Amino acid sequence: MPLLTVKNLRTRFSTDRGTVRAVDGVSFELEEGEVMGLVGESGSGKSITAMSIMRLIKEPPGRIEADEITFDGVDLLALTPAQLRDYRARHISMIFQDPMRSLNPVLTIGRQLMETLQRHLRMSARDARRRSIELLEVVGIPRAEKRLDEYPHQFSGGMRQRVMIAIALSCNPRLLIADEATTALDVTIQAQIIDLIRRLRSEMGTAVIWISHDLGLVAGLCDKVSVMYAGRIVESGPVREVFYRPAHGYTLGLMNCTPRVDDIGHRLRPIEGMPPNLAEPMPLCPFLPRCEMAVAACRESKPRLETIAEGHVASCHANLSAYWRKEKVA
Amino acid sequence: MAFHDASTPVAVEPNYDSGFRMAMRQLLRNKAAAAGLFCLLLIVFLAVFAPWIIPYDPTQIALSSKLHGPSWEHWLGTDHFGRDVLARMAHGARVSLSVGLSTVAFAAAFGVPIGLLSGYVGGRLDNVLMRLMDAFLTFPPLLLGVAIVGLLGADLTTVTLALGIVQIPVLARVVRSATLVVREETYITATRALGAGSWRLVFQHVLRNILSPLVVQITIVFSAAIVAEASLSFLGLGVQPPTPSWGRDLAEARRFMVDAPWMFLAPTGFIIVSVMAINFMGDSLRDSLDPRSWVRRAVTSRETPRASADR
Amino acid sequence: MTQVVLLSAEGLTVSFPGRARPFAKPDVVRAVDGVDITIKRGQTLGLVGESGCGKSTTGYALLRLNKGTGRVMFDGVDLMLLPPEKLRSMRRRIQIIFQDAAASLDPRMTIGDLIAEALDLHKLHTGGSRQPRVRELLELVGIPQRFAERYPHELSGGQAQRIAICRALAVEPDLIICDEAVSALDVSIQAQILNLLQDLQQRLGLSFLFISHDLSVVRHISHEVAVMYLGKIVEQAPTSLLFENPRHPYTKALLSAVPVPDPDVEKARERIVLAGDLPNPANPPSGCRFRTRCPVAQSKCAETLPTLHEIEQRHSAACLFV
Repeated sequence: MPLLTVKNLRTRFSTDRGTVRAVDGVSFELEEGEVMGLVGESGSGKSITAMSIMRLIKEPPGRIEADEITFDGVDLLALTPAQLRDYRARHISMIFQDPMRSLNPVLTIGRQLMETLQRHLRMSARDARRRSIELLEVVGIPRAEKRLDEYPHQFSGGMRQRVMIAIALSCNPRLLIADEATTALDVTIQAQIIDLIRRLRSEMGTAVIWISHDLGLVAGLCDKVSVMYAGRIVESGPVREVFYRPAHGYTLGLMNCTPRVDDIGHRLRPIEGMPPNLAEPMPLCPFLPRCEMAVAACRESKPRLETIAEGHVASCHANLSAYWRKEKVA
Repeated sequence: MAFHDASTPVAVEPNYDSGFRMAMRQLLRNKAAAAGLFCLLLIVFLAVFAPWIIPYDPTQIALSSKLHGPSWEHWLGTDHFGRDVLARMAHGARVSLSVGLSTVAFAAAFGVPIGLLSGYVGGRLDNVLMRLMDAFLTFPPLLLGVAIVGLLGADLTTVTLALGIVQIPVLARVVRSATLVVREETYITATRALGAGSWRLVFQHVLRNILSPLVVQITIVFSAAIVAEASLSFLGLGVQPPTPSWGRDLAEARRFMVDAPWMFLAPTGFIIVSVMAINFMGDSLRDSLDPRSWVRRAVTSRETPRASADR
Repeated sequence: MTQVVLLSAEGLTVSFPGRARPFAKPDVVRAVDGVDITIKRGQTLGLVGESGCGKSTTGYALLRLNKGTGRVMFDGVDLMLLPPEKLRSMRRRIQIIFQDAAASLDPRMTIGDLIAEALDLHKLHTGGSRQPRVRELLELVGIPQRFAERYPHELSGGQAQRIAICRALAVEPDLIICDEAVSALDVSIQAQILNLLQDLQQRLGLSFLFISHDLSVVRHISHEVAVMYLGKIVEQAPTSLLFENPRHPYTKALLSAVPVPDPDVEKARERIVLAGDLPNPANPPSGCRFRTRCPVAQSKCAETLPTLHEIEQRHSAACLFV
């Protein structure tokens, strides 16, 4: 049984411009210890997907519907708000792009770490403190004992993100959702955080949903990847499958417009136009107006998710096999 | 380069009217502001066209018809000299509005440059100018007015001068603090890099962008000046008889409060309505002057800023 | 092949008042410390480094938007010695675009007015040729004419950056400083802007100083690259030389940390993970500034300040061991 099952998740927002379908029928499964990348551009619905699973969307104006969201056999949609809070603290943790705003500036790091431990694991103050020091050491903060009594502003950006990860890990969650967790950090600091996530996964078996716009990070870190566009997953599969045999026009477009540090010379192929207005009905493929690969069938019917290979699905009418790196995938 | 819309087709283009029309339309969307504008226009109309639309001289004494209540001949009744109250109110509005306008003009003429200079240049100049303004602010405004009028004699110019001086530091401070914020904006750096000199930056860009708080403050100064003029006249320090003035008439009406309440209610009403009208407008002007608040009408649902044409 | 040097800065230094520790005595922070760079006509110099390394401050100093010292020769004139009026007309020839393009446009002016202002400032295309020129400029950056009546907040990120570029082009500059100009954009839009910049360079013979933290983008667009760390340039070389054969340990670490969108390449890469954070620039380490995080540092690194020296033709680095 998968750790997390999401079926047909739909999140809408009513605005004065009409109903915005921010997430429109997203489904996926995540196994214990698996790292899944969720990529797409801003407004594609990747963050809303994560927040909807955590039920962190304000309702109204938002509205979350799904056929199923089960975590470890428990139906998350049926939980009471209090139970849900407990779940969020103990089993599913989330870290965000901006660690400064997620930390309370007037409480010491230690207080914030210990609070979670005391409240949710019912630890004594002394145990909580000892465990907090351990946690800070795990995430690689030197002189942890001393730094426990410091305030968030005394930490650098990278260190703050480590503190956030320490708080997220404090109750040994089985699922960690990281939403653009390294986007605001410098590359050398980012590399440290990625290293840390890799270690956590191999040592503690934590499953991770890694939300990022950076294809490179996903390629290096994730087991599988889902590509989102206009609130839907348009392609998903094992990382090597999706990167070497992209089967959706948008996935291919993303790869063609991303500059690579190990590659020089060729001109980038931008994706022309802009993402669609999510308040509009979309009877056809949402990527059609920007797609270079479009075929006649694209103007007739909406493509459905179809299996390309084991675990690899995409919703695209076009045949992109000419662009595949066949030497990479048998 | 070919252009195609992400959400084709865009049926109707939004209207791109002039800034003034967009601002006006936005202003009138706010009901309180629209009501305020209407009242204010009515008072201005009365003041400007008083001699032609009201068949009475506000200073003509007619003891035979003194203390008459409101009637078809005298809509707001007559006072203890038989003068038409409406005519006096209309001519009083001329005094109030002109004192208000000249006070604003005087205070702005000094306060805005001082604030801009102080905020934009900063440093020692800022320190000197602001301490000077602080010194001004320590005087109770009405007392300062009384003192200046006492010193220079009571007439319209002196009253305006007195009220204007009091308001200079108020405007200067508002302008300065807004300038401090705008000065650090990227578009100021960008325009400087484009080759713009300080003069242009301050008067084209900074001034334009501090307009919202400035306009709000100006409406406050305007209504405060109307009230202050009424207060000074009430004390006998403002406009001298027989020139009609709301404050002066209010003072005289005290004696007839029971016998002729209309004499008292009319100036009170005019003062309250004009002050409220100006303040309502001020609040809404702040928003309506900002292009970011403008709603492009005739916009089909396909035309949202983000998902519009283009890349 | 020799190229004409358009701009060369020597010993460029920018200092700010700052403190080594909270509540310590105010001190001088050298955000940029003796930087030498050369930008050739029609070429792009990439300036990379992490946040706080002084790369943006360097860009501002070239425009004299902050108080820098040193020598900045631009087309034979030392910008640092120019009196204010001369500087203003010289600014026409060096332009800058910012990361937050929308914020660099006065929110109360229409796009058309913003572009016309640029022309106004330098008395270009006055009178009847004004409107056609504005139209021509908009077309150059691929923005439809009807946008002239819109306000900056009505633009998307990509459109705003096009308008900022358009405004810079209006004054016909020789050099455009791009300060993280594509960093805030989504990749698909980023690619559009990068291509636009390359097209404009080809058509108009522009030079760029491309300041960015994104090494992939810098590699893509630059002819030469300089790497900055804590106010100093640590390595400088033509792009392919620097990326294929980095010599300074910081450059090596930086390059190894950049993710590549290719799972097999990622798996095979040797990663140098640097320990610790950037030191406080108000209190930089003695000797080599990188030594506190450097994987190959030795005791002599604390004593000797390495200078930028040529290690092979056109490739220089500041490390005692190369």
